[in-house]
Amino acid sequence: MTPFVQPEDPSAADAIAGIADELSIFDDWMDRYQYIIELGRKLPPFPEDWANDSHRVPGCQSRVWMEAALRDGRVYLAGASDAAIVSGLVALLLRVYSGRTPAEIAATDPVFLKDLGLIEALSTNRGNGIAAMARKIREIAAVMPAA
Amino acid sequence: MNLADIRAQFPILNESVRGKQLVFLDSAASAQKPRAVIDAMVHAMEHQYANVHRGLHWMSERTTEAYEGTRDAIAALLNARDRHEVVFTGNSTGAINLVAHSYGRGILRPGQAVLISGMEHHSNIVPWQMLRDAHGIELRVAPITDAGELDMTAFEALLADRKVGLVSITHMSNVLGTYTPAARIAALAHAYGAKVLFDGSQAIVHRKIDVQALDADFYVFTGHKLYGPTGIGVLWARRALLEAMPPFMGGGDMISSVSYECSTWAELPHKFEAGTPAILESIGLNAAIGFMNSVGYDAIAAHEASLTDHALSRLAGIEGLNVIGRAQDRGGVVSFTMQGAHAHDIATLLDRQGIAVRAGQHCAEPLMRRLGLDSTARASFGIYTTHDEIDTLADTLIRVREFFA
Repeated sequence: MTPFVQPEDPSAADAIAGIADELSIFDDWMDRYQYIIELGRKLPPFPEDWANDSHRVPGCQSRVWMEAALRDGRVYLAGASDAAIVSGLVALLLRVYSGRTPAEIAATDPVFLKDLGLIEALSTNRGNGIAAMARKIREIAAVMPAA
Repeated sequence: MNLADIRAQFPILNESVRGKQLVFLDSAASAQKPRAVIDAMVHAMEHQYANVHRGLHWMSERTTEAYEGTRDAIAALLNARDRHEVVFTGNSTGAINLVAHSYGRGILRPGQAVLISGMEHHSNIVPWQMLRDAHGIELRVAPITDAGELDMTAFEALLADRKVGLVSITHMSNVLGTYTPAARIAALAHAYGAKVLFDGSQAIVHRKIDVQALDADFYVFTGHKLYGPTGIGVLWARRALLEAMPPFMGGGDMISSVSYECSTWAELPHKFEAGTPAILESIGLNAAIGFMNSVGYDAIAAHEASLTDHALSRLAGIEGLNVIGRAQDRGGVVSFTMQGAHAHDIATLLDRQGIAVRAGQHCAEPLMRRLGLDSTARASFGIYTTHDEIDTLADTLIRVREFFA
């Protein structure tokens, strides 16, 4: 099984709308996090030999790793974390960004993480590392050759 | 002590977070501020503010009087022999760096050693590493026991060759809540010819500190954990040591005269206070000390001991939860891990219920490695913490536990 996340939604914007819909089912953040943790558990297994410093996304409180590959003009992403909620957030992020073209990634602002109340601030590297991962995905996509 | 009256003095405690009543259990990182501190700083800005030690005008003289009044209050708080032994710094980190620079490079000789413990904050590790690398000083680390206490036998053994010129050790661990036996540490250090510095950042918030009774040589703390403002900390040191130490930073207010050929230093403590100091913050710190005195350390210690006992007993009842450290003499800082849950997960879920705890390595990476942990969650208590808040924490942790069971 490939560690890279295959896109379920036709576009990044559809993925964000889908996530917003699914999260809105719950009235309570405890339930929402239960759902997010479940998404993390369903991530494709991340190869153990990738869980190293060269795959590490710098963050403060938990560890996040990722890998990217270009196939047929699309950027495929794999990711993992040692914390359960962060793994779930990684899953959400990869649902939005994995399998998209560099142009679509560039056009998809990670501000949706803040809009959906998933993180408090996009500017900080401390916290859960998810904002840093979103930035890194967009940096990687920016240097990939267009199809 | 009337807890409701005390809580009424902290406006922030009425805030809601994410629609829930704030339960602030992160006072060991930085404490909330009582009305007296807020008002004192606002009053100074509105009515009585100018630079200190400079102007021959009413505003400057009155402000200087307030600034120096804080020095008197600190001297009394610590039972210092002499107000000139109190030096203002930016925080505890600034105070330790001052000692590492002025005492470390100025007095210690290459080949001597500095002895710290295995449960120090980075601020009491890194300045000594920098001293080691710049000045040929050996850095020694006294181990801790599995209970999270200083290993006194190993500590004494590290002093035995009399190479240690300075022992620099926490008075209360910011991770384990352990109080170190400061008077015994000082007696041992002195018996082997070493001076001793205590990092009182945590301890002074909870216990009456008497630098003479401890027989300390240096004692440092920071204002913002003591219900005061950020940006102001204190180095207390014996007068003879401060007199022997060269200044750390050069600039205004620390000189008696300056020419291009040479400058001469101002009297203590101004020799160590270069530049315009934290004037408003000193006024806020004085108000914080006044607040502490109005409650009284005996009442504070009794309340916090009761909170700590309650927390340890509630947390012990949660399956899969492991409290880190079981020192005999401990205070209201409780670190814990939960089976199957990352500290980050715990803190995130608690936060959604309005409960603020810290998660991570607590600026003490070597201690975390010694404990074999990546991170812990940490609840810490203050004067305003209630038993109900601890029950809310415990009840919520039981819910969190269900996530990961």
